[in-house]
Amino acid sequence: MTGESAAGLSGRELACMRGGRTVFAKLDFGFAPGELVVLRGPNGAGKSSLLRVLAGLVAPAEGTLAWHGADIADDPAGHRARLQYVGHLDALKANLTAREHLRFHAALREVGARDGEAHHIAHALDVFGLAKLADRPARFLSQGQKRRVALARLCVAPAALWLLDEPTNGLDTEGVACLAAAIADKREGGGIVVAATHLDFPGSQARTLTLSPSQ
Amino acid sequence: MNWQALANPTRFKRLSDRLLPWFAGGAALCLVVGLYLGLVASPPDYQQGDSVRIMYVHVPAAWMAMFVYANLAIAAAASLVWRHPLADVAGRAMAPIGAAFTFLCLATGSLWGKPMWGTWWVWDARLTSVLILLFVYIAYMALNSAFDDDTRGARSSAILALVGAINLPIIKFSVDWWNTLHQPASVSRLDGPSIHASMLTPLLLMAVGFTLLFLALALVRMRAGLIERRLAALSYSRSAEAGVASFR
Amino acid sequence: MNAAFALLRRDLSLALRNVGETLTVLAFFVIAATLFPFGIGPEPQILARVATGIVWVVALLASLLPLERLFQAEADEGGLDQLLLAPAPLEALALAKCAALWIGSAVPLIAVSPIVAAMLQLPSEAFGTLLASLLLGTPSLALLGGIGAALAVGARKGSALLALIVLPLAIPVLIFAVAAVEAQIAGLSVRPHLFLLAGFAVFWLTVAPFAMAAALRQAAS
Repeated sequence: MTGESAAGLSGRELACMRGGRTVFAKLDFGFAPGELVVLRGPNGAGKSSLLRVLAGLVAPAEGTLAWHGADIADDPAGHRARLQYVGHLDALKANLTAREHLRFHAALREVGARDGEAHHIAHALDVFGLAKLADRPARFLSQGQKRRVALARLCVAPAALWLLDEPTNGLDTEGVACLAAAIADKREGGGIVVAATHLDFPGSQARTLTLSPSQ
Repeated sequence: MNWQALANPTRFKRLSDRLLPWFAGGAALCLVVGLYLGLVASPPDYQQGDSVRIMYVHVPAAWMAMFVYANLAIAAAASLVWRHPLADVAGRAMAPIGAAFTFLCLATGSLWGKPMWGTWWVWDARLTSVLILLFVYIAYMALNSAFDDDTRGARSSAILALVGAINLPIIKFSVDWWNTLHQPASVSRLDGPSIHASMLTPLLLMAVGFTLLFLALALVRMRAGLIERRLAALSYSRSAEAGVASFR
Repeated sequence: MNAAFALLRRDLSLALRNVGETLTVLAFFVIAATLFPFGIGPEPQILARVATGIVWVVALLASLLPLERLFQAEADEGGLDQLLLAPAPLEALALAKCAALWIGSAVPLIAVSPIVAAMLQLPSEAFGTLLASLLLGTPSLALLGGIGAALAVGARKGSALLALIVLPLAIPVLIFAVAAVEAQIAGLSVRPHLFLLAGFAVFWLTVAPFAMAAALRQAAS
């Protein structure tokens, strides 16, 4: 694994400590452009922690994380700009509509009217089958519909790296299919997708990174 | 394992083993001699009488209140810049000691105020500033212990300690100004400008004694804090070893 | 900067949709101030003497109320991660949250403060200075409150802890705001006090964004 090319996202000897406890250590990997990597492992194995380390939200206790060979610790802002993260929480405000959430997210990711913001939002709503629900406040949406809005954020701004924490939680079969299509699309464009999930995405050749706490 | 998390605390323990007896012994010696000189051997003040002897505790305590806060701010900066666990432990160890000195300063000031001003509490500029300093210490300790994760508590309270450090001069200035506005000054103060040599010696001895006492207490508390951390880490690692990963 | 303005706009439109929260803060402000005549008696001279202090102390306490949810709500919903991962500097985003807090809760409070001041018999010539002191002093409170709110994200004893953190640091603002109004009543120049209040606002404007960003970063890790 250590001999892999420096293209894409690579980690060397990564370790993560949470609350004085080592969650994982000596983790080596290289994710190439166009790859889907599925994180597996029982609860507490550190899937969410690894995603947060990959996002730069948590600094690794040891080791380095690199993008195309360049250490991301040297350019945290650049790393933030290239990734999109969907956590296990939906990050929705009860009083805002799906469209307002996506519009705010586009602004947050610095996608303006000149970059075709309206087109991106319409596309995102379309991909996740939200067109009819676009103007409904989030408090009137079901759990699965909220999850779709959270995931639709992925499509409103360009990103080379998607980090998804249990993205299929609460989604129905159709929702999973929407997500699978979005992921396939992203991979075709050379994006890297890392997802912690229990489901297999239909029609996807995924690599698996299994984290296991040994007793 | 992180070298910082283990190597330096070990060195710290060896160093503190060697220093602790000197600090503790020196503190005991200075405080005993200082208290004897201050409470027995020195002359009473011609105006304040024996009440002036409170000064030998009050004034060094006021110095310590500020000195410990300065140390706290340095530990806070070290904790934020180098993320060194020893700095986290130091901050947590020092804050209650500083708060105790601050409280001692306020309590002795109040005791002195009763015979001198005829009341337990006067909104004197210095006492008021020390009172606010006590509030900042309390806020620091409350924030430090408000999190399930000790590191988070240490980092959050370190930021507060630094914000407090840059704000304390402003508070001091504001309170001084507020005091001159509201009080027709010229109340006699506990620390007059003219101090006789027979008073200076016990005062300085007490100050050195308090400093050594602070260092000794801080060392003991830091060692206890480090042992606590080790214990927590051990109980974790017994329940679950670090994860291993396979990638295919 | 677009991201910060978008955040400001979003938080303001949320405040508009949850008017109830703002009204609760206003009701607290009015009710708490109304307690003082019961506590110290309704004699106009006594009330007039302490009116400025009451208005300011109660405004300070009222400004604590919305702080607990300022960043904690974002952390609970998951939105804090999105703010942390935005390409824009976190300092600017935190400042935008404070600006929305100030517009959403301090400005309505300033608007009703003349009513409270009149009930407390504040001399009419002092109203202008009271408003000026509130306009210049409350931004410091919002920024200081933002620091407290960011530090307390994820803490166990939320609101009481916030009061412990924020109130001691707010004392200088209180001192000079009240002094400005009293100078006006005494016929003295109010300018130095108001300049100092503006100075405090600038001071916190430079310190608070960095303190908030540092606190929020470590809250996420």
